[in-house]
Amino acid sequence: MKIVVAVKQVPDTATQVKISGADPKAIDTAGITWIVSPYDEFAIEEALRIKEKRGQGEVVAVSLGPDRVKEALRSALAMGCDRAIHLNDPAWANADTLATAQALAAVIKQEQPALVLCGRQAIDDDMGAVGAQLAEVLDWPCASWIMDEAVDADAKTVRVGRQVEGGLEVFDIPLPAVLSAQKGLNEPRYPTLKGIMGAKKKEIKDVKPGDLGLTPGAPQLMVKKLEALPARPPGRIIQGEVKDAVKELVRALREDAKAI
Amino acid sequence: MANAYWCIVEDDRKGAPKKVMSEVLGEAGRLAGGTVEAVWLTDKATDDGIKQLGAWGASKVWVLENAAFAPYIGEVWVPALAELVAKESPKAIFAPVTSRMREFVARLAARLGAGLSADSVGFAMEGDALVATRPVYAGKVLAKMTWAKTPWIATMRPNVFKPAEASVAKSAQVEKPSVKIPTPRMKLVERREEVSTGLPELTEAETVISGGRGMKGPENYVILEKMAAVIGAAVGASRAAVDAGWRPHRFQIGQTGRTISPKLYLGFGVSGAIQHLAGMRTSKVIVAVNKDPEAPIFKIADYGIVGDLFEVVPALTDEFKKLLEK
Ligand SMILES: Cc1cc2nc3c(=O)[nH]c(=O)nc-3n(C[C@H](O)[C@H](O)[C@H](O)COP(=O)(O)OP(=O)(O)OC[C@H]3O[C@@H](n4cnc5c(N)ncnc54)[C@H](O)[C@@H]3O)c2cc1C
Ligand SMILES: Nc1ncnc2c1ncn2[C@@H]1O[C@H](COP(=O)(O)O)[C@@H](O)[C@H]1O
Repeated sequence: MKIVVAVKQVPDTATQVKISGADPKAIDTAGITWIVSPYDEFAIEEALRIKEKRGQGEVVAVSLGPDRVKEALRSALAMGCDRAIHLNDPAWANADTLATAQALAAVIKQEQPALVLCGRQAIDDDMGAVGAQLAEVLDWPCASWIMDEAVDADAKTVRVGRQVEGGLEVFDIPLPAVLSAQKGLNEPRYPTLKGIMGAKKKEIKDVKPGDLGLTPGAPQLMVKKLEALPARPPGRIIQGEVKDAVKELVRALREDAKAI
Repeated sequence: MANAYWCIVEDDRKGAPKKVMSEVLGEAGRLAGGTVEAVWLTDKATDDGIKQLGAWGASKVWVLENAAFAPYIGEVWVPALAELVAKESPKAIFAPVTSRMREFVARLAARLGAGLSADSVGFAMEGDALVATRPVYAGKVLAKMTWAKTPWIATMRPNVFKPAEASVAKSAQVEKPSVKIPTPRMKLVERREEVSTGLPELTEAETVISGGRGMKGPENYVILEKMAAVIGAAVGASRAAVDAGWRPHRFQIGQTGRTISPKLYLGFGVSGAIQHLAGMRTSKVIVAVNKDPEAPIFKIADYGIVGDLFEVVPALTDEFKKLLEK
C-alpha cells in the first residue's frame, strides 16, 4: 500500500516573527528556525505505522515550497519515509491553499497512492484547508481531524474516528481517501541516528509545474499586507492579601472591564 | 438573489441554529448594506430555527432539508450547495469556525475555484473589495487578505464579532430549493457522544477558565468546575495538563488544541507558553493567577494575582457568588 504524506515547513512557534522591512506582505526570514508543522508529524507517524503494521508498502513525503523545504523533507525521511518529492518553483511562490492543493493533487494523480495524509492545519497560515481542497480536486472522500484510523486487511477501506463538536464520528471510507491528522492520533517518533544517516541516501525528487502539466495561475486569495499585533493595554497586578485581592479583581471585572 | 451575502447555518443537530450564527449574521449585515440570507443544510429544520435566523437579520432562509445531510459529509454537502451557488451567484459566503465548517467551506471553495479566508477575526470594505483580517504565525501577526473574485468565502472566529440584536419583528422568507443529493462513498458507522459536562462548549463560551500544570492533578479541576458553574464558564486546560492525562484532549487550548476568543479568560497555574497564547490571545479580558511573578502570561494579562491558586480559586469563587447572587 502506497501512502503520500503532505508536509509543510513552517517557522518554529518559539521563534520571533518580524514583518519584513522590504515587503510588508512577507515576514523577515533571517534567523528563523524552520520545522515540520506539528500536525504533519502526526500524519507522517500514522503513515509509518500503517506501513509497519502491514509489513510492506511505501510512504512518500511531498512538500511544496522553496529550497529550504528540503530540510523538512529530510526530517520526514529521517523519521522513516521512503522517498520525497519537492514541488519547487518560483511560480508557486504566492500559492494560496487552492493552488497548493491543485499542485499536490497533480503529484498524487501521478503517484496513485491508496491514502493521502495531511495535518489538520499548518501552524503558519492556520488555514486548515489544503487537505479538504486536495480531496475536492481529486474527487476523493475525506475526513478531517481524525483521532484514530484502521485500514482493513485488503487495503480497500479505512475506518476513521473524526473529531466533531460534542463527539466522535466513526466512518468507513473506501480508499483512496484523504485524511487530516488531529492531535491525539499518535505520538510522533524522533528520528534515530540510523534514520538520520539513512535519510541522506534517500531520494528527494524536484518537480516543476511543467512536469505535472500545470501552469499555476494567479492565486484566489492574496495577502494584502501583514500587520503587527496591536499591543494589549498594560495589565495590572493586584496586590495585597488574597481576600482583598479577589474582591478588587471581581470589582474590576464588573465595573472597569465589564466582563462579568 | 444574486449579490446576496450568505451565511451557512451551524446548528445544534436538533433543529436550532447555534448562538454563533447571531455573530455571523450580524457581521454579514454590517458588511452587506443589502441582503443577508441564511443557508441551512440539515436533516431537521424547525420553524423556530427559521424564525430565529430571521430575527437575527436573514431576509431569506434557504432550507436544504434531507436525511442525507446528517451527519455532515463533504461529498454530499459540497455538490448540493455548489448547485445552489451556481444558480444564485452569492457575493459572499460566510460560516462560523467549527470543525465541520472548516472542512466544508474549504472543500466548497475548491469546488467553486474561489478564495477562502479561514478563521477570520475582522472584515472591512475597501471600495468594492472585501478585506479580511486573520491571525497567522501563532497569532503573532495579523494578515490582511483580499480575494481575486467573488464569491468571497470566509469563516469567522466565534465570540469576535458583534452579534445581531434579535428582533422578533423581522422574519425571513423561506425557500426550499431542490438540489441533487449525491450518494456518499463514506458511511457512518457510529457516533460516540461525549459525556456532557453541563458547562458551555469551550469554543463558544463567553467565559473560559483554564487550568495548567499548576493544578497538580486531575482531581483538583473540581474547584475550577465549581467556579465555572457559578459564572457560567467552560473549563479548558493547557497542553501540559492534557498530556499528563488530567483532561481529555478536546479541552486543550492552544496551537495544537482549540482556538478560543472569549470575553473573559481566567488562567490558573498556566505559565503562558507561546503555543498556549496562540489559542487564546484574542480573548477580550485576560486574568492570570500564578505563583511565579515572572510567568509570561502576566505579559498579556489585563489583571493578575501573584499567588497560590489553591487559595485564590475558592476565595474568588465565593466573591463571584456574592456578586452574582445579589
Ligand atoms: C509543537 C507544540 C505545540 C504545543 N501546543 C500547545 C497547545 O496547544 N496548548 C498549550 O497549552 N501548550 C502547547 N504546547 C506546550 C507549551 O509549550 C507549554 O509546555 C505548555 O503550555 C505549558 O503548560 P502549563 O502552562 O500548564 O505548564 P507550565 O509551563 O509547567 O506552567 C505551570 C505554571 O503553574 C504555576 N504554578 C504551579 N503551582 C501553582 C500554584 N499552586 N498556584 C499558582 N500557580 C502555580 C507555575 O508557576 C507555572 O508558571 C505546545 C508545545 C509544542 C512544542
Ligand atoms: N506547501 C505545502 N506542501 C505540502 N503540504 C502542505 C502545504 N501546505 C499545506 N499542506 C498540507 O495541508 C495541511 C493543511 O494546511 P493549511 O490548509 O495550510 O493549514 C498541512 O498540515 C499539510 O499537510
